[in-house]
Amino acid sequence: MDLAIVFMFLMGASILAYVLLDGYDLGVGMLMPAATDDEQSIMVASIGPFWDANETWLVLGIGILLAAFPRAHGVVLGALYLPVVAMLVGLMLRGVAFELRVKAQGWHRELWNWLFWAGSFIASFFQGVMLGRYITGFEPGFFYWVFALLVGASLCGGYVLLGATWLILKTEGDLQKKAVAWTRWGLLWVGLGVALVSLATPLVSETVRYKWFDFPRTLWLMFLPLASIGAGWWLWRSTSALKRGAKDLDARPFGAAALIFTIAFLGLAYSIYPYVVIDRLTIWDAAAHPSALKALFIGSVVVLPFIVAYTILSYRVFRGKARAKLYD
Amino acid sequence: MEDALLLARAQFGLNIGFHIMFPTLTIALAWYLLGFRIAYQRTGDAAWLATFKLWLKVFALTFAMGVVTGVTMSFQFGTNWPRYMTTVGAIAGPLLSYEVLTAFFLEATFLGIMLFGMSRVPNWVHIASCAVVAFGTTVSAFWILALNSWMHTPAGHVFADGQWIAADWLAVIFNPSFPYRLAHMLIASGLTASFVVAGLSAWRLLWAPFDTSAGKTLRAGLMVAAALVPVQIFVGDQHGLNTLEHQPAKIAAIEALWQTERGAPLVLFAIPNEVTKRNDYSIELPYGASLILKHDQRAEIRGIESFGEDRPAVAPLFFGFRIMVGIGVAMLLVSWVGTWATRGKRAAPRWMLWVLAAFTFSGWVATLAGWIVTEVGRQPWLVTGVLRTKDAVGQATGAQLGASLTGYILTYATLFIAYMIVLTHMAGKGSTPDDDPPAASGEAAVTVARAAG
Ligand code: HDD
Ligand code: HEM
Ligand code: HEM
Repeated sequence: MDLAIVFMFLMGASILAYVLLDGYDLGVGMLMPAATDDEQSIMVASIGPFWDANETWLVLGIGILLAAFPRAHGVVLGALYLPVVAMLVGLMLRGVAFELRVKAQGWHRELWNWLFWAGSFIASFFQGVMLGRYITGFEPGFFYWVFALLVGASLCGGYVLLGATWLILKTEGDLQKKAVAWTRWGLLWVGLGVALVSLATPLVSETVRYKWFDFPRTLWLMFLPLASIGAGWWLWRSTSALKRGAKDLDARPFGAAALIFTIAFLGLAYSIYPYVVIDRLTIWDAAAHPSALKALFIGSVVVLPFIVAYTILSYRVFRGKARAKLYD
Repeated sequence: MEDALLLARAQFGLNIGFHIMFPTLTIALAWYLLGFRIAYQRTGDAAWLATFKLWLKVFALTFAMGVVTGVTMSFQFGTNWPRYMTTVGAIAGPLLSYEVLTAFFLEATFLGIMLFGMSRVPNWVHIASCAVVAFGTTVSAFWILALNSWMHTPAGHVFADGQWIAADWLAVIFNPSFPYRLAHMLIASGLTASFVVAGLSAWRLLWAPFDTSAGKTLRAGLMVAAALVPVQIFVGDQHGLNTLEHQPAKIAAIEALWQTERGAPLVLFAIPNEVTKRNDYSIELPYGASLILKHDQRAEIRGIESFGEDRPAVAPLFFGFRIMVGIGVAMLLVSWVGTWATRGKRAAPRWMLWVLAAFTFSGWVATLAGWIVTEVGRQPWLVTGVLRTKDAVGQATGAQLGASLTGYILTYATLFIAYMIVLTHMAGKGSTPDDDPPAASGEAAVTVARAAG
């Protein structure tokens, strides 16, 4: 068995899990200023039990990059040095602000609310910038940076969409109504962003262009954009139904948003494969020594099913609508 | 290049030094919480529930600090030490990943249930979740210390295909210094948490002498500390003897012995002078070092100069070690006198409360001092005998490092100040009945209705 391929899949899966899971809680963080005081408490409560475990998928993704593709880890994180630091500062601010805002009062609370929002925003934006730099193989130059900033802005939209649909699932009443409206804005933002990024990517990267515009393969590949348009439409429809007061549709928007992300992710994975650093390192160039891959493989196969199982358990324990009070 | 190396080291040291403060507290605090939770279950005493809830908040905040600074750590290896991963990555990578797989997910997931699930799950599930979180933090320490100890005393590795790989994983994990370091660090965590628990409770009792919950936690912290300090001193001594065998240069620097000699003295105090290669203003105990290290007053101890260039700086080790041991001895005194003063159901005298309050964060100081001794003592090696620190540095420029270092310092300063303010505020407020009426505290159904409405 080719362990490099196995770990490519595992790394991809944990990054996707990270984007979907931390994506919704970062999104909720970015939506905070649009809500009232009481609503903010419910919003925070809806992500309280999960954000820490969500973030752990990032640690796993980076851990696999480090352990299974050590050469790529150095190149990628070295090239992304400053956006990574910015993202980490964002994650630190929001993680701690999350705890502190519960305990603070008055203007202190305002301050932590603000930092929670800012941290969520900084982290999301710079994750997008990292992605944008990564797709273009870290090319220097003005237009490559504009492209990266564009991806950053789009990813914020994507996370807002995930966050808003999560709130549809976890809240009710007025807040849920607001979340429906946010979802629609988020979807427009994402649609615009994805369209721009999809158009720009082949322009900034020859490798990607070649992979997508190679007839007759292109015809097959059109399935991906069509499927994501379909998912977007489905999402829009379900928000319309919710506006009319439909019941039992609470979970659908989140599912549809997750589907859009998954499709975009598959498209991206296809663009990059078999590289870990585009045009420079393939997964086999970067792979760790077989002895290390084997040790990792054993651990992952034994432990990952347990992780998935108790993650599901925790989502079951906290199923249903969120309550305003976290502690006591 | 030199600048970049220095900055990379400063940055890594700052990050890990900031990170470790929080694990040190959470590892043992998790076990304390399990104890409080079980005590409540067995007695049904509302004071235990209030205690549990108060310290749960402290724990949640500390844990969050640990997580966010830890996530930063996991990026540091690639950004600051890329050559580290290409030379010993086949060993370090799997160990780090095992930590993520077996510890981080466990902690993070069950933490949710521990913090917010008390009213949603049966009691036994809640207690089990507290146990799993405590177990997870300890497992996390196991893996990271296995890796760190391997860097100090590598074993079980062979050179193959241009890099170091594991020939025998058990030998890699249970390398010579690992059992000592794991034991010493876990007890350090126990002591740090005990003094924080006792110290903050004392602080509370200074303002509210009749707070029953603070009375209970004061006693708990004191008793655990009193039991752990002697063990720590013993383990530390064994740790040192083991280090003498594997990293003699480190011990020579700790003892500030410049020349190899028979019947080496124990230097109690001095200012080690790197220029003249001798100690200024030293106060010595004749034959002391030979006696302590070899249990023979005539035994020969190798001096720093005999290691040539391959030796660490003397002053940080010499002073770091004395700070750690000094605090250890002071902790012994405080915890034993304190336990004696509160024997039976006696209330602690006010002066005792002041002393305990002053010792609240002594564990942090000792822990950081200990880590500085250990890590600076490994220099110039990153992995003893295998990889030098200067050969592992990455391509990040001085400017990038400087900018990010500034960013980290500002962020850490903000977070730390906020953390300390909230911590002392929570402790000062305590868990008095009117703040947290036991009857309404079980995340009662009332709040559901309020939230839903
Ligand atoms: C002796 C214990 C110890 C030591 C030496 C370290 N850590 Fe740590 N770390 C923990 C003990 C711990 C913990 C107890 O498991 C933490 C701290 C508090 C917490 O929330 O979990 C944690 C959290 C934590 C997290 C977040 C985990 C999560 O998402 O839940 C990461 C990614 C790291 N650490 C990474 C590191 C790295 C790369 C280190 C070394 C260079 C390191 N830690 C040293
Ligand atoms: C947990 C407490 C720890 C503390 C307080 C600590 C502290 C330090 C300090 C102060 C340095 C700089 C030494 C110098 O440059 O002179 C350092 C270096 C280093 N440590 Fe640690 N360390 C800790 C744990 C670890 C662990 C668990 C690992 C790895 C698994 C580790 C890996 C390293 C590396 C890679 C360096 C870089 C080399 C260097 O800067 O010299 N450390 N550490
Ligand atoms: C009082 C007697 C003590 C002795 C004789 C002692 C001895 C030692 C020695 C020799 C080392 C360096 C080991 C090496 O690098 O190879 C060390 C490290 C360390 N000490 Fe102590 N120690 C004592 C007390 C304490 C106390 C009270 C604490 C904290 C509460 C503490 C925390 C640490 C830590 C965190 C380290 C670094 C990790 C490690 O290498 O284990 N020590 N100690």
